[in-house]
Amino acid sequence: MTAALRFDPIRLPPECEVLRQEVRAFLADEIAAGTFDPHKPQREDSDAPEFSRRVGERGWLGMTWPKKYGGHERSFLERYVVTEEMRVANAPTRRFFVADRQSGPVLLKYAPEHIKMDILPRICRGEVCFSIGMSEPNSGSDLFAAKTKATKTDGGFLINGSKIWTTSAHIADYMIAIFRTSPSTKENRRHGLTQFLVDMKSPGIKVNPIAQMTGLYEFNEVVFEDVFVPDDHMLGEIDGAWKQATSELAYERSGPERFLETYYVLTELVRAVGPNPDSRGAEGIGRLVAQLHTMRRMSVSVAGMLQAGREPVVEASIVKDIGTIWEQQLPHRVRELAAFVDSDASNHATLDEQLAFAIKTAPKLTIQGGTTEVLRGIIARGLGLR
Amino acid sequence: MTESENIVAETAERIFADLADAQTINGSKDGAWKGPLWHALAEAGLPLSWVPEDCDGSGASLAEGFGVLSAAGRSALAVPLAETMLAGWLLAQAKIASPSDTMTVAPANPKDRIALNADGTLSGRARGVPFAKGARFIAVLAHGADGIAIALVAIASCRIDPGLNLADDPSDTVIFNNAKPLVLKPAPAGFDQTALMLMGAVTRSLQIAGALESMLEISVRYSNERVAFEKKISKFQAVQHNLAKLAGETSAALAAASSAADAIANAEAFDDALFLEAAAAKIRCAEAAEKGAAIAHQVHGAIGFTQEHILHRYSLRALAWRDDFGHESHWGVELGKLVAARGADELWPLVASR
Ligand SMILES: Cc1cc2nc3c(=O)[nH]c(=O)nc-3n(C[C@H](O)[C@H](O)[C@H](O)COP(=O)(O)OP(=O)(O)OC[C@H]3O[C@@H](n4cnc5c(N)ncnc54)[C@H](O)[C@@H]3O)c2cc1C
Repeated sequence: MTAALRFDPIRLPPECEVLRQEVRAFLADEIAAGTFDPHKPQREDSDAPEFSRRVGERGWLGMTWPKKYGGHERSFLERYVVTEEMRVANAPTRRFFVADRQSGPVLLKYAPEHIKMDILPRICRGEVCFSIGMSEPNSGSDLFAAKTKATKTDGGFLINGSKIWTTSAHIADYMIAIFRTSPSTKENRRHGLTQFLVDMKSPGIKVNPIAQMTGLYEFNEVVFEDVFVPDDHMLGEIDGAWKQATSELAYERSGPERFLETYYVLTELVRAVGPNPDSRGAEGIGRLVAQLHTMRRMSVSVAGMLQAGREPVVEASIVKDIGTIWEQQLPHRVRELAAFVDSDASNHATLDEQLAFAIKTAPKLTIQGGTTEVLRGIIARGLGLR
Repeated sequence: MTESENIVAETAERIFADLADAQTINGSKDGAWKGPLWHALAEAGLPLSWVPEDCDGSGASLAEGFGVLSAAGRSALAVPLAETMLAGWLLAQAKIASPSDTMTVAPANPKDRIALNADGTLSGRARGVPFAKGARFIAVLAHGADGIAIALVAIASCRIDPGLNLADDPSDTVIFNNAKPLVLKPAPAGFDQTALMLMGAVTRSLQIAGALESMLEISVRYSNERVAFEKKISKFQAVQHNLAKLAGETSAALAAASSAADAIANAEAFDDALFLEAAAAKIRCAEAAEKGAAIAHQVHGAIGFTQEHILHRYSLRALAWRDDFGHESHWGVELGKLVAARGADELWPLVASR
C-alpha cells in the first residue's frame, strides 16, 4: 500500500496572531514612510538594505536559530507568519530572503563554529545577502552534470568555471555553491560535488547581469577565474554534496512564497469588481479563494508537521507543485474575470499594470527552484513508482 | 485529532473492511450485503454518532464522526450512513431524539425551501435527497412564520419521486404535501439552512477526499502491476506524472476537507471563517474529484471502464457527491459574494485567520 498522504489540520498557535499584528503594524509604518509601495510588485529597487536592517532589529531574521548565533529560538510557525505577511504586502525582502530561508540553515548544519559565529549574527541583523550557485550553462535540472571545478591547492581550493541564473549575485555578499571536486563514478553519478561558501568579494569573480523578460535584472552569470576558497569554507563532506539535501528542502518547497507570488492580482480584482459582483465575477472569485485557502492550509500543515519533527517530503513537494501552478495560472484567471469589470473602476489602471507584470512573471514560477517535471519525479518516487 | 486516535473511525473501518468490500459488493446482483452491513453499523452505534446520549445516540464527538465519514469515503460506502449521521445531528440541534433506523435530511439543495404551515404541517419539495427511498425517517429544516424549525418526519408521510445519482445510489425528490411531522421543535438561535448546507458540504467533501485516497491507492497499485512495452507502466514518466498530479489533487481535497471538518468541530458559531472553510472545501474537493477521477481512469485503461472493475465505485461516487448540499458553482458564487462584500483588503486577513 502507498504510504498515506497526510495533511493534518494544523492551526497557528495564539502567539502567531500577536506576531502577525506586529508585522502588519511594522509594514504599515514602512509603507507610510515610503519605503515601498505594496501595489507595485514590479519595482526595480527591491534591494532595500535599510529596510532589511529594520526587519533584523525586530527579531524577524534567523527566527528559529539558536540565540548564540543571533537567532531567536522561535518556532517555524512564527517564521511562517512573518514570511507570509511580507509576501502579501510585496515587501522588498530580496536582501535577506535567501539567507534567512536557505543559506543560514545550511551554515548552521555544515559550517565550522567560527564561521557560524561570524556570519549568522550578521544575517540576523539583516546585513548580508546570499545567493545560490547550483545551475550552470549545461547543468540545470540535472544538477549532477555540474562542471565548475574546485581544485585542491595550499590551504584551500581554486575555483574555475561559471554559474548561471544566480539570483541576487549582483548584490550578494556570499554564495553557497556546489563545485566539482572529483569526477563522478560509474557506481554513483552523483558523487564528486562539494558544497562551498564563497565570499563574493574574492578576487577573480565576475558577475554579469542578465536581463529577464520582465525587464528586471534579478539573476546573473557568475564567472570564476582562479578564485581562492579557504579549506574552512568547505561545507560538509568532500564529494558528498548529494547527501546534504535534507529536510530543509521541505521548508524550501512548501513555504508561503510558493503560492503567493502573484497574489496581488486577486486582491486588485476584488477591489475592481466592488461589493456587488455579478454571478460570473462572484463565482470566479469564490473558486480562486477556495484554491488559495486550500493551498495555504496545505502549506501551514506541512510547516506544522515539520515543526513537530516529521519529514513530510512528498507532501512538501506536492505543495510546491500545485502551489506554483496555481500562482502561475492566477493572473490568467484574473484577466478573464477582469474582462467583465467596468473599465471605469477606480483601480483599473493598477489592475492592468499588475496583470501585465504577473503574466510576464508567471513562466518562471514553475522553473525556479526545480521544475514541475523534476518535482513530479520526486512525488512519483515518494509514491513508490520509481 | 489524528485518525489513529479515533476509535470510532477505527471501528467503522473494520466494519467496512469486513462487510463492505468493494469487490464483493461490485459482484453482488441482489444487494444482499446491505442488511448485514447496516446491522453491524447500527450495532456499533455509528449511524447515531453525532446524537448525544440523552437523545438516544452514541454521543461521539464531531471530530470522531468526521473520521467515520472519511473512512466511508475511502470505501465508497453506498448505504445511508453519512445521511443518517447528518439527520441525527440536525435533530439534535433542536434536542429531538433520533429513532434507531435509517434516516436522511431535507433540503439537500440550498435552493429548496420547506415551509412550516400554521397548522404545524410541512409543504414543499426537496430535490436530490440522498437515500430518501428506502429510509424510514427524514430530518427536515423548515421555514415557518416564527422562524426556523426542525422536524422529524416519517418517510411514509411524504411522496417520493425516485431518482438515481451518477453511481446509481438513490437521489430522490421528496414532496411534502401538508406532511405531519412526528416531532417538531424550533431551531436554536442562529441556526439556519446555510448551517445545514455547510455541514452537508463538509460531509461530502470528506467523502470525496476519501474516495480520492482510494483512487490514488488502487491506481498506484495497478500501475505497478500492469505491463506494456515490456515495462511496468509505472516506469513511464507520463504515467508517473499523471499519478503525481492525482496525488496533488488528493492532497488538496484531503487538506481542504479535514481543515473544514476541524473548523466545524471547534467552532462556536457559523461565521465567515467557517463559511470560507466549508465552501472552499466543497469547491476544491469537487474540482479534485473531476481531475482525479479522470487520471485514475486514464491510468487504468479499458479495464477501469468496465462494470466489473471496482474503480467506478469510487470515481462515480466522488463525482456524484459534488452535487449534494450545494454544487461547487453555488458555493463559488456565495463565497465570492462574501469576499466581495467584505472588500479587497479584508481578503487576506480572512484567509490568514485560518
Ligand atoms: C527566475 C529564476 C531564478 C533562478 N535562480 C537561481 C539561483 O539563484 N540559483 C541557481 O542555481 N539557479 C537558479 N535558477 C535556475 C533554475 O534552478 C533552473 O532553471 C532549473 O533548475 C531548470 O534548469 P534549466 O533551466 O537548465 O532547464 P533544463 O534542466 O534544461 O530543463 C528544460 C526542460 O526540460 C525538462 N526536463 C529536464 N530534465 C527532465 C527530466 N529528467 N524529465 C522530464 N523533464 C525534464 C525541465 O523540466 C524543463 O521543462 C533560476 C531560474 C529562474 C527561472
